Amino acid sequence: MFSANIVIGQPGNFEKDRVDADFDFKWPQDSLQYIPDWVYTSPEIYHREIERIFKGPTWNFVALEAEIPNPGDYKRSYVGATPVVVSRDTDGSVHVFENRCAHRGAEFCRNQRGNNKEFVCPYHQWSYDLKGNLQGIPFKRGLKKEGGGMPRDFRNEDHGLLKLRVTRLHGVVFASFSSEVEPIEQYLSPEILKDFEVVFKGRKLKILGYYRNELPGNWKLYHENLKDPYHATLLHSFLVTFGLMVVGSKNGMIADPTGRHGTLASAKPETMEGVVDDASKKEMRSYREDFKLADGRFLEYVREFDSPWSVTMQTIWPNLIVQRELNTLGIRHIVPNGPHSMIMLWTMFGYEGDSEEMTRHRLRQGNLMGPAGFLGLEDNEAIKFVQEGVRRSPSERGVLKLGGDRLGTTNSVIDEAGIRGMYKHYRQAMGL
Amino acid sequence: MYTGYDMPAADPKAVRELRLEIEELHAAYCWTLDRGALEEWPDYFTDDAVYRITARENADSGLPVGLVYADSKAMIRDRAFAIQHTLMYAPRYMQHFVSNVRVLEARGDAVKAQANYLLLQTLVDGPSTIHQAGRYYDTFVRRDGRLLLKERQCIYDTVLIANDLVLPV
Repeated sequence: MFSANIVIGQPGNFEKDRVDADFDFKWPQDSLQYIPDWVYTSPEIYHREIERIFKGPTWNFVALEAEIPNPGDYKRSYVGATPVVVSRDTDGSVHVFENRCAHRGAEFCRNQRGNNKEFVCPYHQWSYDLKGNLQGIPFKRGLKKEGGGMPRDFRNEDHGLLKLRVTRLHGVVFASFSSEVEPIEQYLSPEILKDFEVVFKGRKLKILGYYRNELPGNWKLYHENLKDPYHATLLHSFLVTFGLMVVGSKNGMIADPTGRHGTLASAKPETMEGVVDDASKKEMRSYREDFKLADGRFLEYVREFDSPWSVTMQTIWPNLIVQRELNTLGIRHIVPNGPHSMIMLWTMFGYEGDSEEMTRHRLRQGNLMGPAGFLGLEDNEAIKFVQEGVRRSPSERGVLKLGGDRLGTTNSVIDEAGIRGMYKHYRQAMGL
Repeated sequence: MYTGYDMPAADPKAVRELRLEIEELHAAYCWTLDRGALEEWPDYFTDDAVYRITARENADSGLPVGLVYADSKAMIRDRAFAIQHTLMYAPRYMQHFVSNVRVLEARGDAVKAQANYLLLQTLVDGPSTIHQAGRYYDTFVRRDGRLLLKERQCIYDTVLIANDLVLPV
């Protein structure tokens, strides 16, 4: 159900939704072991996030270069909630500008992807080049007899599209509203760069396709979910039963020094025999010893990466997830959509040079992920449940005590250090 | 339009009985899904069947990804088992509506056809909503007198999915 279809408990009808200028956003007990519900429900907090995080000193994912390989290729995208266009110019450079005509504000680019020589706003046909510069205005000088037209001092250079800073790393395009954000490698940190490069460095991507969904939950819940190895070993019977990520195998949560980015990593054991001890089996209701696949090809792992991990799920602040789950690869682009909703844009890919069988293998394994994936749909359901709970209940906070006060990196799956680390950074960025 | 199914429709008069047979098959298939008898769902397919649900934007661009992608009946069976026994999701009711059946081609035992579908979802504490509007592109083969799906491509227009798709189309 779309969040717009909510009948029982519509947002706006609860104490926590109040926009109250003098509300005191005080973190409970000044401790990262608690998260106040208002980070998920308050419109005021949401607006502050847009200003300080998405429009602040961050690099936002906008596209994969493989989506726009040729001059004139473009893609509709988002930075935070702001619609943008990602465009490749004739010289091969990549540009990102607001999808808003400088004239009257029309969102002029309507196709998800395409190729053109220029962008023309359909309303009054103002035209822009592939870098977002204003090129032409019909009847700019008016008519001979009746006059009209732009004032003499009107300069096209002053009326181009709003351009964002752009950076590219191994075929991934990021944009920023900020002039202060550090270079991308530094922004990511060596800890995160390492597993990012396993997926992207030196390999040309082949786009396999897209999924899109609205997820009726606050955007931060998606980051939390992938900084939370505890849920992986409990919620997802596919991970647990088939050893993709399970207590007893080698797992890790690797965070950058700021705590904002993370890599949830796991090494699939060669065999499940003896991995999970009997005591752990009893703790995990989703462990299903009786579940055997009728078609085992689905979970085969072709060891194609130079990495000890068979799974790395990277959360790259503030809007990118990089998924490497065995041989199914993809990115998820998070578009915040108010406190109670996010849009998830998934791009699945393989590599150029993949054999037909390898592509089919990736497609088969894709059943794990996405809005109908064996893991993906469970995450979407759980996140929706959390949003409903925090929105509708008068209680005020959640608890994050697993692993005590540890922050960021941890090698235990029974630990919430990754989420606490993220909120340490969040509080600084938000002034909370 | 979907590649491989872009021929003109067969003469409706010549294939009227076949169309009726396919419509009856759709009704049975929907009844299987709508009452949650997923253990019967794989029986509509051949052993080597391809079953894919994908967004129209992928189909139109020739992109191969599936929201659901199975290239064997065994994979369909695994999904049915997972939905029934291992996956976590909120309770819901589904209703499938299939219409506008067009028989495209009938050659010997192989039949190509298309149909529109509407998938209604009712979360038990929400309204009934159109969860997906789409089109089936089907290839049937006749085995022991019965039509089985050798290929079912479910191409949905509702590109932005409301949270997730749990039950099959």
